[in-house]
Amino acid sequence: MILKAELHWRKTRRLTFTLICLWLFITFGLTWFARGINEVVILGFPLGFYMAAQGALVLYLLIIWWYNRQMKKLDAEFGVENE
Amino acid sequence: MFASLTRLQRYYLYYTGGFLSFIGALAVLEQHGMPPRWIGYAFLCFTISMYALIGIACRTSDVSEYYVAGRRVPAFFNGMATGADWMSAASFIGLAGTLYLSGFQGLAYVIGWTGGFVLVALLLAPYLRRFGQYTIPDFLGARYGGNAIRLVAVAAAILASFVYVVAQIYGVGVITSRFVSLQFEIGVFVGLAGILVCSFLGGMRAVTWTQVAQYLILIIAYVTPVAILSYNVTGNPVPQLVYGQVLQQVTKLENRLFQSPVEVEVRELYRERADLYAQKIMQLPQSLNFEREQLSTQINQLKASDAQMRDIVALERQYRDLPRDPEQARVRWENAMFSAVDRSKTPIHHAEAFPGETVEEQNIMRVNFLALIFCLTVGTAALPHVLTRYYTTPTVRQARESVFWSLLFILLLYITAPAYAVFAKYEVLSHLAEIPITKLPGWVAAWAKIGLVSIEDINADGILQLAELSLNPDVIVLATPEIAGMPYVVSGLVAAGGLAAALSTADGLLLTITSSLSHDVYYRIFRPDASTQFRLVISKSMLLVVAILAATVAAQKPGTILSMVSWAFSIAGSAFFPALVLGIFWERATRAGALAGMVVGILLSIYYIIRVEFDSIPILGISGFGMEPWFHIQSTSSGLFGVAAGFMTIIVVSLVTKQDPRAASFLNTIRFRNGDGP
Repeated sequence: MILKAELHWRKTRRLTFTLICLWLFITFGLTWFARGINEVVILGFPLGFYMAAQGALVLYLLIIWWYNRQMKKLDAEFGVENE
Repeated sequence: MFASLTRLQRYYLYYTGGFLSFIGALAVLEQHGMPPRWIGYAFLCFTISMYALIGIACRTSDVSEYYVAGRRVPAFFNGMATGADWMSAASFIGLAGTLYLSGFQGLAYVIGWTGGFVLVALLLAPYLRRFGQYTIPDFLGARYGGNAIRLVAVAAAILASFVYVVAQIYGVGVITSRFVSLQFEIGVFVGLAGILVCSFLGGMRAVTWTQVAQYLILIIAYVTPVAILSYNVTGNPVPQLVYGQVLQQVTKLENRLFQSPVEVEVRELYRERADLYAQKIMQLPQSLNFEREQLSTQINQLKASDAQMRDIVALERQYRDLPRDPEQARVRWENAMFSAVDRSKTPIHHAEAFPGETVEEQNIMRVNFLALIFCLTVGTAALPHVLTRYYTTPTVRQARESVFWSLLFILLLYITAPAYAVFAKYEVLSHLAEIPITKLPGWVAAWAKIGLVSIEDINADGILQLAELSLNPDVIVLATPEIAGMPYVVSGLVAAGGLAAALSTADGLLLTITSSLSHDVYYRIFRPDASTQFRLVISKSMLLVVAILAATVAAQKPGTILSMVSWAFSIAGSAFFPALVLGIFWERATRAGALAGMVVGILLSIYYIIRVEFDSIPILGISGFGMEPWFHIQSTSSGLFGVAAGFMTIIVVSLVTKQDPRAASFLNTIRFRNGDGP
């Protein structure tokens, strides 16, 4: 029982850490270079502007969606569904 | 088709249909000559009475219903309610206006306010739900133990929520004073009545179901005018897809207008005025005496000649309005100088990231942009009124899903806001700049009357130059339907949406403040034996006191909506984020560490705001304590230092104090449990 909880927590932590790093990269990494990325223009949008106005937002939604999906799987694997 | 829907979904579908037909009916009535004022009243009465009806229908005196809506709110609807709870007057009224005025720089709010939900989803929501009590101080109290931490948490929650709720009520005042012509101060109290009906009767349960209703109204109201604008300008009603093209046209207009000789001349005139004020400030107090003497000789001269009475009266008023003493003169002239300096600057291009004339200036902009994002994300993940919303779902899994729905519903508005700003700018640049001042449309005068728009023909050529027009950011969204010449029913709809946004957030905040007071302070600390009935009585009377206090502060118009909100975020982030995250992810965090970290975080954050933003507090009689910002960081991002200091303090103090043996078992219950735990 204790071991199972330990393993579940370790996997949760690894997933959380990976996604937080991805989030850090999108939020601060990409934004830092917005001035440079703005040189690229797609459909009238300078890319740096587009990422901050729409792109990053959609990526955030995808991160949460992926996290929920993986956690659902993990919970099913460890049998913690029945709350 | 309807059979597959749940009862709740059906209710809200009928409700949305009803609201849409109400708008349709008003549109038809307007065609037949219904006066705009009545349309304003109709929207105000209809929406507020809907909220009141839902509030009354959901009234409750059960403790669990009152604090966490009985934990029966499905993920989808909880997401919608969180959306309304989250999107305040600042998002609805202030965001597009800020994007209009500062272009790319305003996008920090868009990124920050959505990015924060990733932190909520990954780091907090599931653990808070698994813990499953009523408030955030409850969680901190259980994790670290002891009443001291509970009290600090309550103080921080109340401080941040109160600053935030003042901003909401201020928004209500702006809307009611413009659209139903109530006096600002009276409008504030009318809105307050609407807020109280819900939270007073039914606590979290009533607030939740009202917030869902408010979300539907606010999103319809936000998207409609932009869609109409988008259709008129580009022929495509989906603004989010096509505003790239409009942005290009805006850039072209900007290139032409910014460099035109008249604009340059007007900016030069403002620079001269700024210099003049700077000189006058330097020569205080002689300059004030000189001005006084000059005016009085002028008046005497006029009186001696047979000048018109009107001119004399005007001069005499000028004389009376002169600053009374050098101190007052300094404050007033400094303000005039700063506003002139602002207008003398070359405007920035809308899409340019981190604008600045030198590389150093650009870097300052960049650092501030990232710092603001940091504070807003962390603040989002630490505001108690949002976090408590994840206590209301039935299961942990639904709490996780609910964050997804929250962000989706919030995105709908945040993806539209940049489009809103670009379309509004297009309208102003192409239809308002360079027209004769006598031919300005009616909305300019209407908004000028409540002081949110100002126009000054500084070069006296009778034509409006861009630099001569100054718009308060809070105007853009509310005025865009009028700017683009849409029927008044759209303006009424937007006002109703703004009201819904402000009321729903104010509801959530007031409930947080009062449950902190009645549940955490009164019940947990002073009278654990209090009966449930009595706890609710306490809670409701607190609600009344706090609401009236907040309205009184808001009636003083303390600042723009957005800056007030940013301070609240910095304060909340510094207080809660390090203690919550380390509390969940680091077993070694101890009570002493958390306590020290929270106190250091809040104090540093407030200290920074006060010393950077203000130079004197007249009421306390102290002055001259202003300081240069550290690393050029603005006061709105004070949370950057607060959060960093908070994390460091918790880690250092925890490592030198003894670990609490109960922490491990508590963490076990919130990290992993399969039904047989406590």
